Amino acid sequence: MQYAILCYHNEQVTCAWSKEQDDAVMAELGSVLERHKDKLGPVARLLPTTAATTLRKDRDPPLVIDGPFAETKEQLLGFYIIDCQTLDEALAFAKELGAVNPGGAYEIRPVETFISGAASS
Amino acid sequence: MSEPEWIGGVIAAARPQAMAALLRNFRDLDAAEEAFQEACLRALKSWPRNGPPRDAASWLIMVGRNAGIDTVRKQSRLIPLPPDDSISDLSDVEGAEADRIDEADYRDDILRLLFVCCHPDLPATQQVALALRIVSGLTVKQIARAFLVSEAAMEQRITRAKAKVAAANLPFETPGAVERSERIGAVAAMLYLVFNEGYSTNVAEQGAKAPLCEEAIRLTRLLLRLFPTEPEIMGLAALMLLQHARAPARFDSNGAVVLLEDQDRSRWDKRLIDEGLALVDKAIRHRRPGPYQVQAAIAALHGRAPSFDATDWPQIEQLYGTLEIMQPSPVVTLNRAVAVWKVRGPAEALALIEPLSTKLTGYFYFHGARGAFLKELGRDQEAREAFSRALVLANTAAEATYIRAQIDRLTQSTPRLTNST
Repeated sequence: MQYAILCYHNEQVTCAWSKEQDDAVMAELGSVLERHKDKLGPVARLLPTTAATTLRKDRDPPLVIDGPFAETKEQLLGFYIIDCQTLDEALAFAKELGAVNPGGAYEIRPVETFISGAASS
Repeated sequence: MSEPEWIGGVIAAARPQAMAALLRNFRDLDAAEEAFQEACLRALKSWPRNGPPRDAASWLIMVGRNAGIDTVRKQSRLIPLPPDDSISDLSDVEGAEADRIDEADYRDDILRLLFVCCHPDLPATQQVALALRIVSGLTVKQIARAFLVSEAAMEQRITRAKAKVAAANLPFETPGAVERSERIGAVAAMLYLVFNEGYSTNVAEQGAKAPLCEEAIRLTRLLLRLFPTEPEIMGLAALMLLQHARAPARFDSNGAVVLLEDQDRSRWDKRLIDEGLALVDKAIRHRRPGPYQVQAAIAALHGRAPSFDATDWPQIEQLYGTLEIMQPSPVVTLNRAVAVWKVRGPAEALALIEPLSTKLTGYFYFHGARGAFLKELGRDQEAREAFSRALVLANTAAEATYIRAQIDRLTQSTPRLTNST
C-alpha cells in the first residue's frame, strides 16, 4: 500500500531558519530518503503559503482567493509518497524523518489513487 | 538540529507577534523588550524539559505579561494588582489563555510594532536599526557589524531612536482603514530599506549583511500573511526574492562585482525565483499596479531570461516607462536608458541620459552607463572621460576594479586595427 506522509509545521519557524540550518536539515532528510529509495514515490517541498492561491469552486463562477485554503497554526509544507506493507512501517519511516526535522507533525494517510504523471523535477 | 538551534528558531518565529502584544500591553518598547527577554529565559528552562508549546507566541506573551507585571509590582505599589488567574503557574497558560488572545488583534499589533520603526523623524538608518533590534531581535553586535560601526555607536543610535518613538506617543487604538493602509505603505518602505541595507555591493560585507536581506524577506512574508490581498506587498516580497536570488552570482572568486550581463545564471537560487514569479503572477491578477509590482515585474523578466541578450528588453523598457510615470526620478530614467540601449542601440540611449548629466553628476552608475554607451558608439576618448569620472565616484573597491577593467579594454582597443591573435 502507498502512504502519503503529509508534513505540517509552523512555516514561520521554518522560514526563520538560516540558509545553513535549512541546508543541514535538507541534507539529513536526503540521507533518510536515500536509505528508502527503493520504496519511495514522489517527494515535494512546497513554497511558503504566501505564494499560494485558493480556488473556491463551491460557487459559479469559482472564486479566487489569495493565500492558503486553511488558516492554521501549522501549514502543509510538503509530502512524501512511500510504499509500505503496514502502518507501522510507514510510522517508522515518518519517525526517521522526524528525528532529523524537529517540530511540527506528519499526517500519515493511505493513498487511494496514484497517477505518477509526466512532470519532471 | 541541536536543541538551542530549534528553540532559537521557534523564538525567532514567535518574536514579532509576542513583542507586538507585549508592546500593546505595556505601551513602552523597553518594558516590552524586558518582558520578552524574561519570557525567553523561562522558555529556555522549560521547553527542553516539556517540549515546545503548541503555540509558542501565546506562551511567550502570557509568560512575558506576568513577568512584566511582577516587575511593575516590585517597582511600584501604586499599580493595581492584576487578577490572580492571569498570574497562575505556566501549565495552564497554553490551553486557557491562548484562546483568549484574539487572532484579529495580532494583525494590528504586529503592524503597529513595525510601524513604530517608521517614525518620520527617524533617519533611514535608524529605522532599519530599530526594526532589526526590536522586531527581528538581532543583537546590537550583529546590527553594528552590518552597518560597519562600533557596538557602542549602534547602541547609542538605537537608544536615541527609541527615545524618539517614545516621545511620539503613538496611538494604541485600532487604526481605521485609511490609517491602516498608510501604515502598511510606510512599513513596506521601511522593510525595503532593511533589504537594501543588506544588499551590499561588496563581497567583504556580504557575510555580515546577508542576514538583513533574509530578515527583510521574512518580515515581508509576515506582512503578507497578515494582509494577504495587498498586491503591493506581494510585489515587494517578489522584488526582494528575485533580487536576493541573484546574490550567489553577484561576486566572482576574487570578490569583484559581476554585472547582471555577465552573471552565471546557473548560480541563481531557483527556489527564490520561483517564489518571486508566483507572487508577481498573484499580484497582477488584482489589476492594481504600483511601484513595487512594476519593479518586481522587471526583476521577474530578468529572472525568467536564459541570458542577458535573450531578455525581453522591449517589455522592460515599457515597465521602466510606467515606473517613470509612477515615481519620476532620474535614476529610473537611467535604468530605462539601459533597456533602450538593448532595444534601439546606444545613440538613442545616450540621447535619453544626456539631459540628466546635471542631476546625476555625482552618481557612479550614470557615468558608468554613459561610458558604456559612448564606447559602443566608438567615441573612445569621451568614453574614457566618463569612465574616469565613474572611477572617482566608485563606492567600493569592487566597483573601481570593474571600471578600471573597462578603461583597460578601451586602451587595448584604441589602435583599432591591431588586434586578435
